[in-house]
Amino acid sequence: MNRNKLLLTPVLLWMALFLIVPMLIVIGISLLQRNALGQLQFSFSIEGYKTFFDPLYIGIYWDTIVLSVLTTVICLLISYPMAYYIANASPRVQTWGLLLVTVPFWINFLIRTYAWVLLLRTQGVVNTLLLETGLIAEPLQMLYTPGAVLLGMVYNFIPFMVLPIYVALEQMDKRLLDAASDLGASRWKAFRYVTLPQSRSGMMTGCVLVYVSTSGMFVVSDILGGAKSSMLSNIIQAQFQGARNWPFGAALSVIFVLTSLVMILLFNRAMQARHLNVKEGRS
Amino acid sequence: MMVFLYLPILMIVLYSFNNTRLSGSWEGFTFDWYLSLLDNRHVKEALINSLSIALVSTAVSTVLGTLAALSLRTLSRRSRGGLNGLLYLPVIIPDIIMGLSLLVLFSQLQLELSKLTVMIAHITFSLSYVYVVVSARLANMGRQLEEAAMDLGASGWQTFRHVTLPQIAPGMIAGALIAFTLSLDDFMVSFFVAGPSSTTLPIYIYGQVKRGISPEINALCTLLILVSVILILLAQYMLNRGKGQKKQKALPF
Repeated sequence: MNRNKLLLTPVLLWMALFLIVPMLIVIGISLLQRNALGQLQFSFSIEGYKTFFDPLYIGIYWDTIVLSVLTTVICLLISYPMAYYIANASPRVQTWGLLLVTVPFWINFLIRTYAWVLLLRTQGVVNTLLLETGLIAEPLQMLYTPGAVLLGMVYNFIPFMVLPIYVALEQMDKRLLDAASDLGASRWKAFRYVTLPQSRSGMMTGCVLVYVSTSGMFVVSDILGGAKSSMLSNIIQAQFQGARNWPFGAALSVIFVLTSLVMILLFNRAMQARHLNVKEGRS
Repeated sequence: MMVFLYLPILMIVLYSFNNTRLSGSWEGFTFDWYLSLLDNRHVKEALINSLSIALVSTAVSTVLGTLAALSLRTLSRRSRGGLNGLLYLPVIIPDIIMGLSLLVLFSQLQLELSKLTVMIAHITFSLSYVYVVVSARLANMGRQLEEAAMDLGASGWQTFRHVTLPQIAPGMIAGALIAFTLSLDDFMVSFFVAGPSSTTLPIYIYGQVKRGISPEINALCTLLILVSVILILLAQYMLNRGKGQKKQKALPF
């Protein structure tokens, strides 16, 4: 027992030093000031939090939330049928389907995002095809638009949604469906009242993963959105690496994490409420 | 659906053989971009950085992650729950937060951003994944064999060396392969904690993509895609090796 505790010490020290302490320092810095040279000044200030309430930043944060929610919803709509199909296919198709969904997950998101530059830019594949087939006379501006950012986000995070939903559907008791149809439920009704509630946990995990990843990602908006579009994460990154306004960057980070937590709770509640409705509908 | 997932990736591979600098059309087959990649000093440097960082952080995180998995299973349910949460944290925390908080820590410690700081960051997130994979393996195997060995008079170390280790080895290898891939692929965290002397391949690619497209990048990306996919398939194979073992997934869900 004692020796086991000894074995645990290096890991605990590591996590404390490189995970917990850094985050505490960030919270601390968010309450400091900086001097004219951009250096930290050790006096208490909530300047960083105040700056956030500038309409400019509030607007950007609102856009970030809208984009992240939109990405999550679209991912859910695309991924559910996919996960459903894979979970109900033959074992062979299941193995292959899962593998094919997982492989892009392991390819660097930077590379996956860059792939869309090849497709969307003015001399890109899509424009070349459209021009050559005569559908358009002039190349379309697709890159550096909000739509491109949304597309890139959805594309990057589909695997995050498919896998948890698949796991939930896979684990569900299929005999319940037989029971439902024996009792006279149509296929749609069986899906609505049996399958859907049982995949709730999977959808929830997927939504949280996609939402958190989307809102914390600055690369996609950077590459596909160009200079015009920026998300909260782009601003946070700029405060730490460019503008060197750490108190403001730290305050934004704290706000970001806190609102992410709130959003996760809201997702949770929304899913739960739906579950309750279904339960009531059943009785 | 699969077309949507794979078309962009296919495009990169295709373009890496395309004999043109700019246009979207196909101008014939060439290996030139791969050849010029070989001559690119910056790519070589980034490759060496990426590989050395990945090797060191894989080794350290595999040892630490395995230690954590081994020692945690003997604890009481309650303390295990809390520590489990701590070890899962890096999987849940947004990369951007992890990256910037480490940047802040290093600057407070007056530690110059270098390969060392990137390694520390990579170890911190990799060790969680190793922990997840190895503890899943441990949970599957039960304690009977170890107890039997102890009953037959084996010392603690002998039991570990001859009974526990061989059984968790596939889990450790799978964890190590995942850690290696994560380190090789990481951009978000590295971007914050890498200095000018420790540019990794993803950071180099980011710089190139921002500056505009050079077809060499397609070749480089194609090679990275190949390496990631091979490593992950290998990890998956290690996890599923041995009959009767419950099938596991390499992903933390």
